[in-house]
This record gives sequence, C-alpha cells and structure tokens, in this order.
Amino acid sequence: MKHAVQGNRALCDGAIAGGLDAYYAYPITPQNEISAYFSQVLPERGKVFLQAESEIAAINMVFGSAVAGKRALTTSSSPGISLMQETISYLCACELPCVIANVMRGGPGLGNISGSQQDYFQSTRGGGHGDYRMLVLAPAGAMEIFTFARDAFALAEKYRNPVLIVYDGYLGQMLETVDGDPASLAGPLLPTEPPDRSWVLDGASAGRPPRKIRSLLMQEGDLEALNWRLHAKYERMVSAEVRWEEISVEDAEVVLVAFGMAARVCTAACKRLRAEGVRAGLIRPITLWPFPEQAIARAADRVRRMLVVEMNLGQMVEDVRRVVAGRIPVDFHGRPGGSLVVEEDIVAAVRRSGAAS
Amino acid sequence: MSASRFSRPDALTARAHNYCPGCGHGIAHRLVAEVIDELGVRERTIAVAPVGCAVFAYDYWNFDVTEAPHGRPPAVATGIKRVLPDRIVFTYQGDGDLAAIGTAEIIHAANRGENFTTVFVNNTVYGMTSGQMAPTTLPGQRTLTTPAGRDPGRDGHPLRVTELVASLDGVVYAARASIATPSGVRTARARLLEAFRHQLAGDGFSLVELLSPCPAGLGMEPVTAAAWVAQELEKYYPVHVFKNGR
Repeated sequence: MKHAVQGNRALCDGAIAGGLDAYYAYPITPQNEISAYFSQVLPERGKVFLQAESEIAAINMVFGSAVAGKRALTTSSSPGISLMQETISYLCACELPCVIANVMRGGPGLGNISGSQQDYFQSTRGGGHGDYRMLVLAPAGAMEIFTFARDAFALAEKYRNPVLIVYDGYLGQMLETVDGDPASLAGPLLPTEPPDRSWVLDGASAGRPPRKIRSLLMQEGDLEALNWRLHAKYERMVSAEVRWEEISVEDAEVVLVAFGMAARVCTAACKRLRAEGVRAGLIRPITLWPFPEQAIARAADRVRRMLVVEMNLGQMVEDVRRVVAGRIPVDFHGRPGGSLVVEEDIVAAVRRSGAAS
Repeated sequence: MSASRFSRPDALTARAHNYCPGCGHGIAHRLVAEVIDELGVRERTIAVAPVGCAVFAYDYWNFDVTEAPHGRPPAVATGIKRVLPDRIVFTYQGDGDLAAIGTAEIIHAANRGENFTTVFVNNTVYGMTSGQMAPTTLPGQRTLTTPAGRDPGRDGHPLRVTELVASLDGVVYAARASIATPSGVRTARARLLEAFRHQLAGDGFSLVELLSPCPAGLGMEPVTAAAWVAQELEKYYPVHVFKNGR
C-alpha cells in the first residue's frame, strides 16, 4: 500500500523506531514539523520532549541524556547547527553516542529557509575544534531518512560517537509516496549488538566505582593518547561504514557525483543523457564521512570525465578531485543560496564538459 | 568524637586537591559531600562539573561526575535529570561559568523548575585563567582586566544571581551563604542540606550561592582573602535565604 510521507515526519518515525528516549530542540525553519510532531507523540509514549532555550542548550541537553546512557536526538537547520559545534567536539572527545540531524538551509549568515547543501564542509570537516570525526549520513528521500534515523542510534552506540544526518530543506518538506508503512518495514539494517554500557553515569551503586566523563587531560601525553585512540576508532569507521550507490556506472563514459537532493535530480539527468546517446552514470555518496573514495577511484580508472553536482559553490568536489588526483577531468556544477539544481542545466553542463575534453 | 567528626566523608575521595592554599573549593566540595552522605544518596548522585578551577571536582567526589562545556552544566543536568528523574543531580559552577557565559542556561533551567540543585561558587574572579574580572566582581575591585578597579560605568555592575533566580516561579529554594568563617560554613552546610532536601522531595529547582575566597585570584594571603570575603563581599551580597518554598 502506498503511503505519503514528508521527509521531516519520516525522521520522527525513524527515530521512534530506533528507540528514541529524549528529544531536545530550538525552533528553526525548515524543520519545525519535527518538534511539532514530537511534542505531541513523545509525552504520550512516556519519552522526553523539551523545547530548549537555544540550540546550544539543546545539544547540551542531548549531552546530558547521552551521559545517562539514553538515546537522545536534536534536530536543527544550518545556523542552529553552527551554534552546536563546540558541544559536538565535546561529545566526540567524551565518546558520547547521540544523533543530530541538520535540515540544511541556504547560507551563509541568516540566509534563507530554502534547501541547500552548503554545510558539506561543516559536516565532514568538523565545525568544532580539535581532531574529531562524525559519521555523516546523507539520505536522498523520505524512505532513507526513515531508515537512517532508525539505525543511527545503533551506529552511534557501536562507535560511542555522535552520528550526523544531513538533508536539505526540500527533502525535509517534500511529500513522497513510499511502498508500505515505513514503520512496519524489516528490522534495523545493522546487526545491533547490546551496546557497551560500562561508561554510563546512572549512580555508583552496588559497589561499582564512580565513573567520570571528561575530556580535560592535563597529564603529559594523556591527551595525545586519547587522540590516537579516537583516531583508531575513526579508522574502523572508514573501513566498515562507507556507503554509496552507483547507477549505470559500469559502461559510463561520464559519471556524475552528487548526494541527497542533487543526486535525485542527477538521476533524472542521467536518464535523459542516456536517451540522447550519452552514456552517463551516477555515484551517490550516502556517507559523506567516511567518503566513498574506493568508488570514485575505481570509476576514475574507467570513465573519461566526472561532473560533481551540488547545491553549493563546490564543496564535495574537493574530495572528488583529491581522490581522482588529476587522472581525468572533474568538472563542477552547482547553485548556492537555497536554489535547486535543475535537470536541463546538468545535461548542458555534461555536454559542455564533453565538448571541452 | 572529634576524630569521627573530621573523618573524610564517603562522598569525598582520598585524592589530594590541586587547589591553591586558602581556596574555598575544598570547603565547598566537602560540604556537598557531607550533605550527600547525610541524605544517603551517594550511590544515586550524578554531578556536573564546570569549566574553571572546579572542573577537577570529578577527581575529588566519590560519585558519578561528568564535565560540561563552559556555562552549560544546567542544560547537561536537565538532560540527565529528565531521563533519570529518581537520581540526585547537581551542578557545581563558578561565577564565570554560571553568571557570564552560562547565564541563559541557568535562568531557563531555574525558570522551568528543573528538579536539580545548583551549587554556585562566587569568588568574584576567573581563578583558572589568572584572575580576570567576573560578572560578580565588586565596584572598584582590581583584577587582571580591571587594573584600576571595576568601573561600573564602563565594565557594568556586579550581578546578584541568587536574588535574580529567586524571582523565578520555577525556583523552590534560593539562598546565599559565606564559607569565609566557621559560622558561615555551618550556615552554608545547612542551606545546602535544605536545597538537596527540596530536590529529594521533587519540589523544583534549588540554588545555593557560596561566597568563597580565591587568594590567588584576589592577590591576597589566604587569611586576608577570607577576611575580605567576610567584610566586603557579604556587604554587597547579603547572606540570606531569598526563597524557601513557593
């Protein structure tokens, strides 16, 4: 049976299916549907809903519930995510699992309330201080928003690290039809082992020694040791968690690289190019970090050129060019400021890059 | 009698403090530990340590402690207490942490009536960063960043946090005490006990401000610093129970 689902609502349903215990957020467009819905259903289910006084407070409430070993979520949009960066660094340093969703809007500054992909750098490079990494999941539709929100808690607990879900305001607002009720679909994609709870603060009872959660390490060498231990964990994420999708890459002469909403438009552009005799394919990174380097490198050995398409001025293209390392031409087409990329422009860009090479 | 009186509370570890000679944090930590022991809640207590000198509190208390980003302990404590409502949760914050960078978090946690306790240590300076002006620095008081003394016309006025917090409907207990004299220490202990009792009863938000000496930050000998707190600080910040019950 077909269901109509809005992206932001799919996030709510996914988080609840994933065992959400507590949600904290501050109002910001284009993701207000999330707190409106949670304010109704979470109290009914005996879960915590709290509207925070700021995004800074919201992410620190998430920090507190994570300290207590509960599954906590905050959602926001670009400027609000900027405000959370300091605490995201603390969450990574203290190895606290939680989920953060950024429904990206146009920037910089107050920007607008349209959809954009201008937070790729912030998401993958860390807007906060110090060496840290987060798994960054980039769904391209309501169904993926649901499954990623559902599985993100298990991923966060597996690595004791925050997981960031990013999608643009268009995907957040759009109503899509999906086959079947998302909430009744098969179990988590991930094998969920019982999470390690040996670090949780819930009271030092029954003779267990008190636990401390801290990132201040003043003894010589201690902080370096923490960094190396975190680095080893990030390397495990790189080897185990990279995800991407390939469409018609096998025989392609030109490969488009795009994520999220831009990848949806690229899928349509590929079809049209194929109909017009251009063998076009698409690589869609699903994890923005870790970045699907193998897929890009393999394609670079086979195809003549690539075109990276983003709803920004060119951010992910830097990662693609880093991996391609000059072996083939990598062109870019993008629109910043909350404007949507369109099929015709992508087709034209492919034709232009073909004529040039 | 005296031997048992001065034994170490269960809620305090045996670790030697890093605090400077004459610093009030040692007394404040011990008073909190005594109250936790008296209420028999050590095994279900979770504390939130601030950024500042007292970040090291997690080494000194014998119960679960987390750090928090600067100024955010009330938001972190909210996130703990909301999911573990039967635990005893408190924040321990200095004047920079609570009254400058964390003003929004303390006011809103208090106003929501979050059922945790805040221990607010007011020593009028940023101790850990070498003695800059704090929101609570007195008019005319010389600090690293007010070398000619705090000029309220230029630097603003000292903030009376406890009076401000007492005005909020979500607050059940708001009191100030001084730990610069033996009698002040006894009063402080009683007020901390009352604050934690309100939390145990589920009454709402409670706060105790402790006027505390920081000899290093004030540039004074320990004895002089304690006398200054008793003589000067208590004049500007009345030692009083501003609210008890609603």
